[in-house]
Amino acid sequence: MRGILTMVHLTLQEARRRRLLLSALIFGLAFLSLFATGFHFIHRDLMAHEVLPFQRKLILSSVMMAGFYAVNFLMVMTAVLVPLDTLSGEISSGVIQTVAAKPLHRFEIILGKWIGFSLILALYLGLMAGGLVLVGKVVGGVTLLRIGTGVSLMGLEGTLLLTLSIAGGTRLTTIANGVTVLGLYGLAFIGGWMEQIGTLLGNTTTRYVGIVASLFVPSESLWQLAAYHMQPPLMRDLNLTPFSPASVPSGYMILWAIGYTLAVLSWALWQFHKRNL
Amino acid sequence: MSTSTGPVIEAFGLRKLYEGRVAIDNLTLEVHRGEVFGFLGPNGGGKTTSVKMLLGLVAPTKGTARVLGAPIGNVQARAKLGFLPEHFRYHEWLTGREMLRFHGRLYQMPARLLNARIDELLTRVDLLDAADRKIREYSKGMMQRVGLAQALLNGPDLVFLDEPTSGLDPLGRLLVRNVIGELRQQGTTVFLNSHLLSEVEISCDRVAFVKGGQIVREVAWREQSPILEVEIQMKPINSALLKSLDVFGSDIFSNNGMVRLRVPDEEVLPLMTRWLVNQGVMVYQIRASRKSLETMFLEVMGQDHRPG
Repeated sequence: MRGILTMVHLTLQEARRRRLLLSALIFGLAFLSLFATGFHFIHRDLMAHEVLPFQRKLILSSVMMAGFYAVNFLMVMTAVLVPLDTLSGEISSGVIQTVAAKPLHRFEIILGKWIGFSLILALYLGLMAGGLVLVGKVVGGVTLLRIGTGVSLMGLEGTLLLTLSIAGGTRLTTIANGVTVLGLYGLAFIGGWMEQIGTLLGNTTTRYVGIVASLFVPSESLWQLAAYHMQPPLMRDLNLTPFSPASVPSGYMILWAIGYTLAVLSWALWQFHKRNL
Repeated sequence: MSTSTGPVIEAFGLRKLYEGRVAIDNLTLEVHRGEVFGFLGPNGGGKTTSVKMLLGLVAPTKGTARVLGAPIGNVQARAKLGFLPEHFRYHEWLTGREMLRFHGRLYQMPARLLNARIDELLTRVDLLDAADRKIREYSKGMMQRVGLAQALLNGPDLVFLDEPTSGLDPLGRLLVRNVIGELRQQGTTVFLNSHLLSEVEISCDRVAFVKGGQIVREVAWREQSPILEVEIQMKPINSALLKSLDVFGSDIFSNNGMVRLRVPDEEVLPLMTRWLVNQGVMVYQIRASRKSLETMFLEVMGQDHRPG
């Protein structure tokens, strides 16, 4: 257990020392400043044009959803790219040899890194999502629904992709791992859109192909579910924005995603346990 | 765990294949407590793979081994192991002191003891003044020295040093040699992987030669001392005389009035000379020289060996 904590500490120390946290903070604040500026001017125009309150709320909620969509994308990239090199890089450089020769189990190395990167991702998501909520409330007086549920689903999406990235590092080189995990995310992304478009057009085959892709990599479904929970019912029921899912993923998809993440993590532990270093 | 007198390493028929290529084959050896064991061989001879197998970093394709009385890879046994890898690379964004603290935590050393040990070792490897610089700013030699400190953090019972002097200047090599001497005095077993024969010659009690993935010879270097080679210029030389000389030594060979043989030590020389004179042999010259490890290495590796 102490081995895990030592690896968590090292991971957080690395993020701080390599200015990962500083970069995330600076560009996160830049993103939020830009969003707040845009949001302010949209809100000012809506007030000036005497738009009905419910219309104003819908428009501002759409802008908020666009903000969350961007945050989701940034979080996905962070989840995939930040841990990409952590194992493959240390294996190829030989750094891992002195670590793995110490009195700790190999699973402690993986779990320590996984927990450390998950904490970093949670911090990043918390900062960005919290910032968006704050901007919406302070600048426009608008709040999305069930923010906690939505952000938790986004966090699960990030954790799933982060786990894939760490797992890939146990067997693949850094570049191959990046291409693989982003490729898997791409499959999930296009699968999610096929499911939505298939539903809108009433094309069952396209919809099922999309669902199968989502089962293969359930990340996009988690975003669709998060978006469904966060936006006002009128907005999602009328499919007013691209963030209003026509086909709402089942609640079982959450269980599937949790099981999927645990299975990938177990695979990573096994692969790292048996590989030559 | 190991007893105080038993071997600290026992390997039985260890074999490792990498994609069908034999890296090491039938590695069977014993390393005893407190000895400095040299593992010699050309580059690519399977030395590093052997060390990695003994440390549990690489799984053997076949065979078993016990290290400090436990099966290879045992976590409790690793608490008493030290390891300096051949390609010494560390988290280079850490300072030397931070890197040692991280590795000390992996050994679960109490903070106060660890801090004192870090200062002691940084002083020993002459890096105290660079302790708070990032490792990426270190020279190759400094990296190797901080790696040596890392290998000794826990006061190990057994330490594996894989090419510990490859990046060092002569002063650095002297430092490593002295550290190995101190470890021997403390009763620490040292498994020294090297192709630098002079280092092994000075430091090791016993050496094993690895060729083509197999141990082809083991020599108790310090106990037996290197074999003494003797050349005697004398007359007459006949087959009966040569046969009689085998009481003094072995590998007797004669050519052009010169007899060559190997004897165990210098004490044999006056006895042999007196015996020859008593046999009526005219002895013109006796020349004795110790066989260096390099000579032995070249003999063992043979003419077919290519430079690594």
